[in-house]
Amino acid sequence: MPKVNLSHFEASLLFALFTSIVLGVVTKRTDRERVRYAAYCFAWFIGAIFGLSWLMFLGHG
Amino acid sequence: MADKISSETAPGGWAPAVLLAWFVPGAGHLLLKRPGRGGLIAACVAAMFLLGLMMRGALFSPQTGDLLTTVIYVGGFLGNVMSGILYFLTVWLGYSQPDMAGHVHDYGTKFLVAAGLLNILGMVDVYEIATRQKE
Repeated sequence: MPKVNLSHFEASLLFALFTSIVLGVVTKRTDRERVRYAAYCFAWFIGAIFGLSWLMFLGHG
Repeated sequence: MADKISSETAPGGWAPAVLLAWFVPGAGHLLLKRPGRGGLIAACVAAMFLLGLMMRGALFSPQTGDLLTTVIYVGGFLGNVMSGILYFLTVWLGYSQPDMAGHVHDYGTKFLVAAGLLNILGMVDVYEIATRQKE
């Protein structure tokens, strides 16, 4: 089994991607709604990643 | 009412489809003739689990003690087990990674649990399809 060495950002991005796809698939009823909701979730994940990263950076002093 | 409808949708009711969805991620959707959604869920769960393994994440074993220890270790173990055959194959093939310091290992451990949690969402979806609560 190969070993991967991801940064915080890469790992968070992959987590956001897979979770958004599954949330889109299971929560909505039409394919169009699913794609839109997956994109919506992914955008919020990315927003949260950058927001929390800045918060930790600024809070750290 | 729901039982009558579910027996029309899935032979034997919802339980076989949900059990299959747990054991083989995405297979419950295939049984209910939703291959596209099943394929997406299978791909996401498998990718998350394999990435967790490649990051050398640790698998939880159930431990009890104080409340926090119980919640983390039993909850983590249940999360791992919910990945179904991916978890059992990993254990049977002898994967044993100690819990090590480092953000990559830590993400790996979380990915392994998150794969199981995503599969739970898939199982709920299968239940709703089998009982005709959604298409």
